[in-house]
Amino acid sequence: MERRFVKDRLRRSMMFVPGNNPGMISDARIYGADSIMLDLEDSVAYTEKDAARLLVHNALKTLDFGRKEVVVRINDLASGLGVLDLEAIIPAGVQVVRLPKTDSAQDVADCEAEIARIERKHGIPEGATGMMAAIESARGVLNAQAIAAASDRLIGVALGAEDYVTDLKTTRADGTELLFARSMILNAARAAGIAALDTVYSDVNNEEGFLAEVALIRKLGFDGKSVINPRQIEPLHRSFVPSEKDLKKAYAVMEAIREANARGSGVASLNGKMIDKPVVTRAKRLIALAEAVEEVEEV
Amino acid sequence: MELKKAATAGTMESGDVMVTLCPAQEGGVDLSLTSSVQQQFGRQIEAVIRDTLRKLGVEHAQVTAVDKGALDCTIRARVAAAVYRSAGETPERWEEL
Repeated sequence: MERRFVKDRLRRSMMFVPGNNPGMISDARIYGADSIMLDLEDSVAYTEKDAARLLVHNALKTLDFGRKEVVVRINDLASGLGVLDLEAIIPAGVQVVRLPKTDSAQDVADCEAEIARIERKHGIPEGATGMMAAIESARGVLNAQAIAAASDRLIGVALGAEDYVTDLKTTRADGTELLFARSMILNAARAAGIAALDTVYSDVNNEEGFLAEVALIRKLGFDGKSVINPRQIEPLHRSFVPSEKDLKKAYAVMEAIREANARGSGVASLNGKMIDKPVVTRAKRLIALAEAVEEVEEV
Repeated sequence: MELKKAATAGTMESGDVMVTLCPAQEGGVDLSLTSSVQQQFGRQIEAVIRDTLRKLGVEHAQVTAVDKGALDCTIRARVAAAVYRSAGETPERWEEL
């Protein structure tokens, strides 16, 4: 398995896989999620944490997850379990550690210090293990900018909505309750140049609600979303495929730029409208997304 | 590692194996295996269980394993979990597991 994490890659879907369920772990790669997240936290009973740690350790060492990104969600460090999790997964070659309940930049720094210590202990090049931070509280949301900038290892920040809405003294509803947190996390991620990942949609039987949420987070600018059921992956991925119309326009923009450059002109236009820099940036990004999707789906 | 009490790890779910260990003073490893794939893989499963016990320094034990089609990495993980539980210890030398 490729050990070193990749900072910038396609992350439309990150699928939660309970860390104490060997059947689900061995099947995880077949569902097509861009990232697989083996979970040692909430999906594992307290009395099974030891067994899950051994199972995930052995799975990381043995199973071929192909070109999927392999993430492990550890328990938070304050619980005393997080360090035990890190001791098990880092020598086994985890690519990205997902830190839950991240309230401050210090939480990231503390986790990073433990990761670096364990890397040194095992002769792993320091910095080989990536991290992502899940923000799940009002304090975390308010500190999102500092959290996202707290480590070069961070590949992204994610929203954990269930704990967050509980902290806010509300419940999940139509998404209005998450707008501030999503906007904070997204802006923090963009300012730090890392990915923004949305929370899970737990009502797996409500496809309409799921698609509405996916459309919303796509519009806001998120890179992708955590999923808890493989059924959610295909519709999620479909929503992230650029439309043919948008893609044609993006290619036309790039062609107009090429023509302008060939003419030696600094100004390009398309259908009588000047093309300014943000339009070019968006066109490039859309083409890159389409190419990344094509590459993944060829495999 | 010294086994101190009876311990179990794993479940009866598909793809898992339930391993129960009882300490013994002598007689080597007495293994009783039931598997949904006994015909094809019984010997391989038994070899993986014995190898894992050997690596963890367990010489004598009564072992009952009920296999539901577990992969080798799962068998190793469940045997190790049962051993650590029985010994009342936490894994430390992960690189050797």
